[in-house]
Amino acid sequence: MFKIHVALVAAVVALGMPQLSHATVDAELQSIREEIKQLKQSYETRIEELEKRLHDAETKAAQAEASAASANASATQAQTAVVIASARPASESAFNPAVSAVLQGTYNNFSQNPNTFQIGGFIPPGNEGVGDRGFSLGESELNIAANIDPYFRGNLTVSLSPNNSVELEEAWFQTLGLSNGFTLKGGRFFSGIGYLNEIHQHAWDFVDAPLAYQAFLGTGPRGNYSDDGLQLKWIAPTDLFIELGAEAGNGNNFPGNGDKNGIGTWSLFSHVGGDISDSYAYRAGISYLQAWPSDRQYNDLDSVGNPVTNSFSGNSRLWIGDFVMKWAPNGNPTSTNIKLQGEYIHRIETGTLNFDINSALPVPGTYSSHQGGWYLQGVYQFVPRWRVGLRHDQLEAGTVNIGQVQNGILPASDFPILISHTPKRNTLMLDYSPSEFSRFRLQYARDQSRPDGVDDNELMLQYIFSMGAHGAHKF
Amino acid sequence: MNKFCTLLIMVSLLAASQAAHAALNVLACEPEWAALTQELGGDKVSVYTATTALQDAHHIEARPSLIAKARSADLVVCTGAELEVGWLPLLMSQTGNGKIQPGMPGHLEASNFVLKLEVPRQLDRAQGDIHPAGNPHIHLDPHNIARVAEVITDRLSQLDPANAATYQARGKAFQERWQAAIQRWEQEGAPLKGVPVITHHKDMTYLIHWLGMREVGNLEPKPGLPPTAGHLSELFSNMQREPAKIILRTPFEDPRPSESLANRAKIPAVMLPYTVGGDDKAKDLFSLFDDTIQRLLQAAK
Repeated sequence: MFKIHVALVAAVVALGMPQLSHATVDAELQSIREEIKQLKQSYETRIEELEKRLHDAETKAAQAEASAASANASATQAQTAVVIASARPASESAFNPAVSAVLQGTYNNFSQNPNTFQIGGFIPPGNEGVGDRGFSLGESELNIAANIDPYFRGNLTVSLSPNNSVELEEAWFQTLGLSNGFTLKGGRFFSGIGYLNEIHQHAWDFVDAPLAYQAFLGTGPRGNYSDDGLQLKWIAPTDLFIELGAEAGNGNNFPGNGDKNGIGTWSLFSHVGGDISDSYAYRAGISYLQAWPSDRQYNDLDSVGNPVTNSFSGNSRLWIGDFVMKWAPNGNPTSTNIKLQGEYIHRIETGTLNFDINSALPVPGTYSSHQGGWYLQGVYQFVPRWRVGLRHDQLEAGTVNIGQVQNGILPASDFPILISHTPKRNTLMLDYSPSEFSRFRLQYARDQSRPDGVDDNELMLQYIFSMGAHGAHKF
Repeated sequence: MNKFCTLLIMVSLLAASQAAHAALNVLACEPEWAALTQELGGDKVSVYTATTALQDAHHIEARPSLIAKARSADLVVCTGAELEVGWLPLLMSQTGNGKIQPGMPGHLEASNFVLKLEVPRQLDRAQGDIHPAGNPHIHLDPHNIARVAEVITDRLSQLDPANAATYQARGKAFQERWQAAIQRWEQEGAPLKGVPVITHHKDMTYLIHWLGMREVGNLEPKPGLPPTAGHLSELFSNMQREPAKIILRTPFEDPRPSESLANRAKIPAVMLPYTVGGDDKAKDLFSLFDDTIQRLLQAAK
């Protein structure tokens, strides 16, 4: 600052110079120089003084900070001393992730042979079914979850099938607090489409998956639709719950079938939800799934009863509408509560259908279908521990155009599984939960899925036990 | 796609305007922490309560409304000690809100700052739904409220330094009023010392411990399991040896088991407000304790 000052004075001096005579100039210059020198000196002393004071102040501040820190530290120590009473000793296992296991088993009684189960009118995903007769072990599930570091959470779910095979159900990482409501998930995970799909089977209200999930998402009787890929989800910063999500995957699972460079399937989903009052809460959503199956095969019989394998290639698009509404008196579900839930799936498939691909002369043709399906279910806990539930399932045959049949090359009876049919099923269940960690369920279903129109009476008895880490109360 | 983008922008703007109203958005898991944070933060905080006094904080679900609230929260104030284990971790992982993750200043679990009772020596679910960190229902000992108030005051000051002076002043004023009130309650509650009580769940333990009462039984056969007829009969026969004077329950617990046992044993069954909003009189933390003591004194007569 003073340097500028000095320079200014010098500049003024320089400007003023030409108007003055030499002698006066010399004398005045001398006195100005003197003045500047004095000014400089006085500033320098003052600066030194100020610097010293600043330094002193800084030292004092640092000391104050140090003592404040030590005061803080002793306060923390006091707190820690209180908390330490419950602390566990340090050990390698202290960072063990949360581990939980689910044990399941069923006793099934079916009036029809479960091996011949089919959903009439729909291209079979290949894993549809009702389960095994008699005593059978359900999936035993092992889950390991933990925060990886401050940025990621990891989750591994392995399902052990009764036939001694191991299936990797889920293996994903998820960002923690990417902030602004964004969450990125990667790996293998249950898709966020619909409502039931993200819920593990042991937390379902019925033993088996809705027919619409089996026919359109290829979940099988006990599974979920999953994919290997990425999911980006965003939650709006509003009081109304608004969730938007997008997923891209390899499309290995029905309705896709893998073997594709780049993205094999993608989906979008959005959900809104909230509380209507203390007693009512809801969530509703719309989802869209797009897959490009290529040589997706299924088995059928031709018109004379010989087994054939047909193959579909093209475009499969699914729209899913879902809603769930829950009621509990004053929002306290402990004694009584009601849950009403429904989903509708509409599928549009266009492409080519190749008939009998294993023969010397496969017959290709165009294929297009508009088909739908839905379920509606209600579950009522009427006293603590006891719940009763009712579910109706229905699929709509819609329109199916098979090129070979329309052109008269092949009779419709060469595609028996695609002959128009409206599968229906009504299911009644009663379950008893001795605690939050155990449940017994009795379920009866009258199933009219089979293309031959024969009813199947299905009686199931199930147990579900959870061990280890406390489960999540997902809405 | 364009429409979608417009919607996104509109929603973000809406959110930005909402956020401007109060300095800090606080999501409190239970009404007592909501009341305390409101008391300490005044108009500098906007508090939302995840549960009401008529809900059992252990048994609720991660409802969409709670995920939406946690998304915009600057601070969550919860009990911890696994009381909210069924839904709080889901709120953390679903919201994409980095500020409120465990370990961040925006994540406060009150039970971490007080001495917990009934820390189990052995962890086995055969003992029911026990909490490894100890009994989480800490708020009915007013000394715990005072301790948690200090922590909340510091946390508010840390998160919103511009208003730190206000928080410290409010904190100081609250502590003065609260300590005076504790003295009064302890005087009023002196006759309750030694009174044997039965509670529905082990959720009055800190109150009983503070007032020097004695807990001689629970209606639940094991923590978290609903009362059974067999267990009530067992309690009744135990009462012949070790009589109880009052049966206590919260507003969210089924009144039938406590009333049936009370009728048989001819002792009063009393519903305590348990938390702020639990009855007409418990409008804030002060009146919560006023009413609790009055109800106990009346029943113990």
